[in-house]
This record gives sequence, C-alpha cells and structure tokens, in this order.
Amino acid sequence: MKYKLKLFIILFTVHCSLFTHAQDVTALINKAKEKLDRVNDYIAAGVLTIDVAFIKAPTSKVTVYYKKPDHFKMVNNGGISILPKGGISINMGALINTDNFTALDAGEAVVNNIKTKVVKLLPNDQNSNVVLSTLYIDESNFLIYKAVTTTLENGTYELDMTYGKYADYGLPDKVNFSFNAKDYKLPKGLTLDFDENTKSPATDSLKEKKGKVEINYSSYTINKGVDDAVFKTN
Amino acid sequence: MWQLLQIELYKIFRRPRTYIAFGATAVLITLLQFGLKVDGQEYADFMLQSLGNFDVQGKLLNGYMVCYLVLQLMLVHVPLLVTLISADMLSGEANIGTLRLALSKPYSRASVVLAKFFATCVYTLLLLIWVAVLALFVSMLVFGTNDLFLMKSEYIVLIKENDVFWRYCCAFGFAFVSLVTVASIGFFLSAFAENSIGPIVTTMSIIILFTVLGTLNIPMFDAINPYLFTSHMVIWKEFFDEKVTANNEAIAGTIQDLPAIFHSLLVLLAYIVVMIGATIFVMNKKDILS
Repeated sequence: MKYKLKLFIILFTVHCSLFTHAQDVTALINKAKEKLDRVNDYIAAGVLTIDVAFIKAPTSKVTVYYKKPDHFKMVNNGGISILPKGGISINMGALINTDNFTALDAGEAVVNNIKTKVVKLLPNDQNSNVVLSTLYIDESNFLIYKAVTTTLENGTYELDMTYGKYADYGLPDKVNFSFNAKDYKLPKGLTLDFDENTKSPATDSLKEKKGKVEINYSSYTINKGVDDAVFKTN
Repeated sequence: MWQLLQIELYKIFRRPRTYIAFGATAVLITLLQFGLKVDGQEYADFMLQSLGNFDVQGKLLNGYMVCYLVLQLMLVHVPLLVTLISADMLSGEANIGTLRLALSKPYSRASVVLAKFFATCVYTLLLLIWVAVLALFVSMLVFGTNDLFLMKSEYIVLIKENDVFWRYCCAFGFAFVSLVTVASIGFFLSAFAENSIGPIVTTMSIIILFTVLGTLNIPMFDAINPYLFTSHMVIWKEFFDEKVTANNEAIAGTIQDLPAIFHSLLVLLAYIVVMIGATIFVMNKKDILS
C-alpha cells in the first residue's frame, strides 16, 4: 500500500510538472500571438537576396503584402523574382495558433546571443502539411527569433529573425530563410544549350550549401489596409 | 577600293537570290514570335516545372527572353544563308564568264578579292541588322521588356532589365564576326570552283559536320573541338552569364567568362585572316580562264 502511494505521488508530480510546463509554453505562445495579432495587415518594402547554388540572381527590391489571416504576397518591383514555394509565405501568427497545435517545452537555447525558450509545436490535424515546428521565443519581449519547420511537401526550412524598430508588432527587420534546395538539371534539348561549357564555376563550390533567402525590410506600413486584389494577381 | 566595293555591292543587291535570306529569316522569326505569343505561356510553364520547389513571379515571357530563344535557333541557320552569297562571289562570276573581265580592270587581284569580301561583309552585316530588328526590337514591341530569366541546363541566370540591352549589342557584334568567319570559308572555297553550287554545298556541309562534332559529347572528338570554328560561334551566349559573389549573388554588368569570349573572338578572327589570305594567294596564282 505504501509502495503504491509512493508511485502515485511520483506519477502525479511528474504529470503536474509536465502539465505546468505545457501551460507555461502555451501562455508564452499566446503572449507572442497577442503581439502578432495587433497586425491586421501590412505593406513592407525590402531587399531580397537569393543564395542558391544553381540560381544566379541579383538582389532585388521587393514589396511584401500581408493580410490576416494568411494572405501573403511578395512582389519584385517590376521585375522577375524566384522564391522557394510555400515556406517564405509562412505567417508566424498562423504557425503559433495553439488551437491547432500542441505545444511542448523543449528547454532553453541561445539564439544570436539572446536567451530563448524552445517550444515544439505538434499539429493536431493529421492532414496538416506542417509535421513539426520548433520555435525559439524570447520570454522577456515575446519575440520569435528562430523557427524550424518541417513540412510534408517542402521539406525542412529555417527562419532566423532580427528585430528592430517594428519589434512592438512582432515584425522583423531582417529574415533569413534557409531550406534544402534540390538539385536542378534540365535536358539540353529543352534549353537548346548544346555547347558543352555551360557549367558555372560557382555552382561546384556552392553545391553543398543550403539554399538561403534573405529579406532586409526597410519599412512597414501597418494596419492601413491592403486590397484583396493584390493577392489575386499573378 | 571604294569604287570596287560599290560595284560589288551593286552586283549582290541586284540579284534576287540575295533577298531569300531576308525573306526566310523574316518568315521564321515571325512564326516563332506568333507561336510564342499564342502558346508561349505553356512553354514557360513547362520549363518551370523543372524548378521543383521554387516559384517564379513576374513577366517571364518578355521581349528579351523571346529574342534569346529566337537567336538560339536562328544563329544555327543564318550561317547557311550567308553561304548562299559568300560561296557565290568568285565562283558565280567564273560560271557566267565575267571573272576574267573583272580582273582585267586596273586594280590588283588582291584589291578585287578584298572588295568582294568586304561586300560580302556588308551583306552579312545588313542581314544581321535585319535579324536584330525582327528578333529584338519587334519582340520588345510585341512582348514588352522585363528581367531576362534564362534556364540553362545546369543553372538559372536572372539578369536585370537594365542590364540586358548592352549584352544583346555585344552578342550581335560577336555574331557578326561568327558570320563573317562562315562567309570567309565560303569565299575561300568559291575561289576553286567554276560553279557556285559546289562551294555553297561544301560550306554548308562543313558547318553541319562541325556543328554535329561539337554537339556530340564523345571524348575522342573533344581534342578537335577547340579548333572547330562552330565551337566558338556559340560563345555569344557567354554575354548572358554573370559573375557571382561568395554568397552567389549575381553582379550586375559583369560577364562570367570574358577570357573565353576573347579567346573565341581571336580564333574566329584567325580563321578569317587565314581564309582571306589563302583566297588572295590562290587567286594571285590562279590562271583565270573564264
């Protein structure tokens, strides 16, 4: 009897401890979400840099449009832009919706010299494209400094964020998006590129590198309204 | 020399055959542009499928891209059209019996040969300008302009709109040297014949043979590839490749392999000098009987 009671007390303590931790991280996520919820829409101006082994592209000025709940569009001002599918348009607000995810405390970590809480989010919906998300949240100002997301269709990608003057809205000044870029090869019959010397010297040295997209935001226009038509045009 | 050149140009442009090349290129380019205008988006979508997990936004099928596609196809065939005139310059006159008369004028044989060659160069230049007007300027008018998005077999190049036009100017300049190389070979062969069919067909055969040898990725032919003029004619594409930084960011206004362009240019110029020099030598030694 005494043994059973001891076991019960131990199990109860462990359960309470886990439950309290889960409650803590859920509260932390809710706080971060509250911050992001202050933004209904925004138009941001920024500079996009692509670092992918098989893409030679210059930096370009971009305009980013966002509207709740999950409308996101990036437009290269007048030009052509190449962007990884899906990932870059992930909206933090949608990602940390605790109604759809179960949050687990995964300890602490330092990101860019900032002590953060590590939170793992598991989707409740079995059909969700997101398999697992790991968030690194600063507990003092409820900002997400890093997010690692594994998806079914687009593999794993990582977001690193740096905050500045728009930190009150939870909007980053700089976003580093890294992902696994698949190899690219087109038959010469399609490209009509029959001459042999077509291989870029740069592609070999960068072959092992992950694909990266960096956006440096210079300004945000927040909660001034964004026309829905922006998200419909190609 | 100027008088001789004028005479040779008059001879070239009064022949109906001269305008075949202008008509053929016009029909071919117009058909390509029409096809791309109607179904170009499907072609672009098909190409983009290979990009996998990337999205491409913006006006992909613009005048600059259409011109690049047209040139890739055209610059294989335009040399054949140049041959029609260049390989006829000496042999054509020998055939109709006016070569001896032409060489009896108070000019050296070298001057007459050079005048004929320069007239061929003028014809080649006009044909290239015609191709440039149709392929570049008409495409810019019909499809508009934007950044140039090129899908090569190993990688993708995105060139800013304001960084494209000068590349086309350089590419057309390079194409002129390439076409003059072909013209000089046809010209050289025409010095040996009394009938223009032989040198025209021989020059065309050489172009086809060398192009096939250069395209085949068979190791035993790799050794001779650097000596084939057709291997150097395709180097114009290098103008549409940019250098990158350590972070793989394209540097506007740069060319990936400028030494390769200069090397090819030198090889082609060497071909021209050797061919024309050999033609003058042959004509100086030749006993003109017709």
